[in-house]
Amino acid sequence: MMASSYNAKEEDGHHSGASSGTGLSKNKKPDNTAFKQQRLPAWQPILTAGSVLPAFFVIGLIFIPIGIGLYVTSNNIKEFEIDYTGVSSDSPCYNCAKNFTWNTTEPCVCTVNFTLLQPFESNVFMYYGLSNFYQNHRRYVKSRDDRQLNGDLSALTDPSKECEPYRKSGDVSIAPCGAIANSLFNDTLVLYYVDSNNSKIEVPLVKKGIAWWTDKHVKFRNPAGNSNLTLAFRDTAKPVNWAKPVYELDPSDPDNNGFINEDFIVWMRTAALPTFRKLYRIIQKKSGTTPTLPNGNYMLNITYNYPVLSFDGRKRMILSTISWMGGKNPFLGIAYITVGSICFFLGVVLLIIHHKYDNRNTSADIPS
Amino acid sequence: MCQTVICCRVTPLQKAQVVQLVKKYKQAVTLAIGDGANDVSMIKVAHIGVGISGQEGMQAVLSSDFSFAQFRYLQRLLLVHGRWSYIRMCKFLGYFFYKNFTFTLVQFWYAFFCGFSAQTVYEDWFITFYNMVYTALPVLGMCLFDQDVNDRWSLYHPQLYAPGQKNQYFNKKAFVNCVMHSCYSSLILFFIPWASMHDTVRDDGKEIADYQSFALLAQTCLLIVVYTQLCLDTYYWTAVNHFFVWGSMVAYFSITLTMCSNGMFYMFTSSFPFIGTTRNSLNQPNVWLTIFLTFLLCILPVVAFRFIFIQLRPTINDKVRYKMRTEELPVPAPRRLRRRHSTRSGYAFSHSQGYGDLVTSRKFLMKRSTKRAPLFTQTDSSIFQNQPQHYRTIAEEAEESQGHSP
Repeated sequence: MMASSYNAKEEDGHHSGASSGTGLSKNKKPDNTAFKQQRLPAWQPILTAGSVLPAFFVIGLIFIPIGIGLYVTSNNIKEFEIDYTGVSSDSPCYNCAKNFTWNTTEPCVCTVNFTLLQPFESNVFMYYGLSNFYQNHRRYVKSRDDRQLNGDLSALTDPSKECEPYRKSGDVSIAPCGAIANSLFNDTLVLYYVDSNNSKIEVPLVKKGIAWWTDKHVKFRNPAGNSNLTLAFRDTAKPVNWAKPVYELDPSDPDNNGFINEDFIVWMRTAALPTFRKLYRIIQKKSGTTPTLPNGNYMLNITYNYPVLSFDGRKRMILSTISWMGGKNPFLGIAYITVGSICFFLGVVLLIIHHKYDNRNTSADIPS
Repeated sequence: MCQTVICCRVTPLQKAQVVQLVKKYKQAVTLAIGDGANDVSMIKVAHIGVGISGQEGMQAVLSSDFSFAQFRYLQRLLLVHGRWSYIRMCKFLGYFFYKNFTFTLVQFWYAFFCGFSAQTVYEDWFITFYNMVYTALPVLGMCLFDQDVNDRWSLYHPQLYAPGQKNQYFNKKAFVNCVMHSCYSSLILFFIPWASMHDTVRDDGKEIADYQSFALLAQTCLLIVVYTQLCLDTYYWTAVNHFFVWGSMVAYFSITLTMCSNGMFYMFTSSFPFIGTTRNSLNQPNVWLTIFLTFLLCILPVVAFRFIFIQLRPTINDKVRYKMRTEELPVPAPRRLRRRHSTRSGYAFSHSQGYGDLVTSRKFLMKRSTKRAPLFTQTDSSIFQNQPQHYRTIAEEAEESQGHSP
């Protein structure tokens, strides 16, 4: 049975005529505006073959070249990684790892030899990587005082409660407080190139320009009022597990000392995942066509200060070049190629389905 | 068996008892419509009570859920407004569960990578603003204005009302579908950024896989996917909808940029620790490629599924929407103006086979029953035979010389 449609404007006089006996009758009809009668002009899209199928094909055709570009770029990045934790007894740093105590005055030095098979061009970045280190643990992430790190003098001597238990050392406040600062990575890595005469040439490592500009110039500030940092930090204590106080992180360069030390800033930017790498040094590219790191033998001198074996962590050193998409990560390239192909294939399947079943939509009558 | 029962000369109590009978034994949703004070009990007993304001006073109107002035507006109430309300409510529920499950399940996957320490994968301010600011207005716009089919087409095809009666749009199955969809979306929304940021750096060698950049990436991906899902669910895009959706997206980027700015950091240092994150991560092509990949991986399956269902198993809704685009509505037959007195009082009626025996089963009548000759010799009603119906009250017969109601 079909209900007939009708014109809603008809017979509207009937109602007011019926109730006009009372005299002044208020018309309770709602306004006949497009908004109130839900007749606003609108765009009503539907999924038709004409819009869906071209979209799938276009996406497939765009994604595959992008994926190939990403994959090729990632493959052209050169990366070298070496684990120097010293787990197995034949690794060079085994003794340092085994004999680690917190009270050593004499630093333990170990040397790792490796060979680069290909020369590294352009700027080369040296990273240290840690594994199984949960810098994203909630208690750890909260354990800092951003006001103190921004140079606020009241927070310097009275840090936030979030820093507990690394807030005070005895009666004196710790600067910088918190677990993140306390666990600062303090291995020293020095790289030597061993040339054909077996003589060691130190590779120049640049330690500035490794932290974000906003971190270095906005977020982290030394306490104001005293250019002599030893005096500025006089009422504070060093963090429990540090060998030196914060104003001795880099005494030779006042722009890299105190809270604005770039290694410190890089460490304070907590990582999102338990396996991460942080920028340690930059090897500037040489002028002309000389590769930055020619292929050959290298020697890495490690001052082993950072214990990771107690929580089954691993330390590694990474040398890597960079491209417009960052470091070596083939995932995006492979993902784009895969998604592009699936999209294209799905477009073909949908086209076949549409061809076979399209008559249903147009010719089939609506059952009553 | 008869599909329609007419009860006449019934007291108000008996009217209420008829409705109660149907409610109790058939577990159906009942609607009662009346205009007089004697209909009040029936209106109150039914699930939906409709009062007609008019000659018999305002008693029925005051006790009803809906009221209007003329009986024929019932058709519009059910087929247009009732149907739209049902569709809007179901879309709202489905979408609300989807966006919140997705939001929460991403945190769940992150728990496996943060030592189960309940570290949130999103920024704290984002969590605060997500339901209140970023996704509030778009959903409101969809629920206020959405129409799948406009009112004239709704009246022309009353079969569109059937999904509401069968509760097809939001039931256990629909809820399970929603949860599965959220699971899939959350897996994509976490693991694609995870794989893409794993051991990666910026294009100048500096950090990008830090917690703050990862949080920003995850929340941007989530919001874009959730907005696009809303765009796919909205069938009727008025100017207000456009404003709400695009405005919310702009609001997200402006609020996030503000919270990562130097000024806010200087003013409220501990509250805005994400200083500099947008500037340092959103200018990386890496990040935008990840966002684009995540967005497409979440949305394309939905589009493909919907398209396949439209092609293979089109519902009445799909067919009417398609017809609406291609055909013009046939011009309605002009309705003859008639003046008539409303001498009928309210009545209870049922709409499908099987109620006849219930009502005439005398479950509520008193034991005084008199034998009388059957009024109708036909055993099958004309609905059964798909013929047009003729409904008239006794009083009208005198007025009309000829003709039939359409």
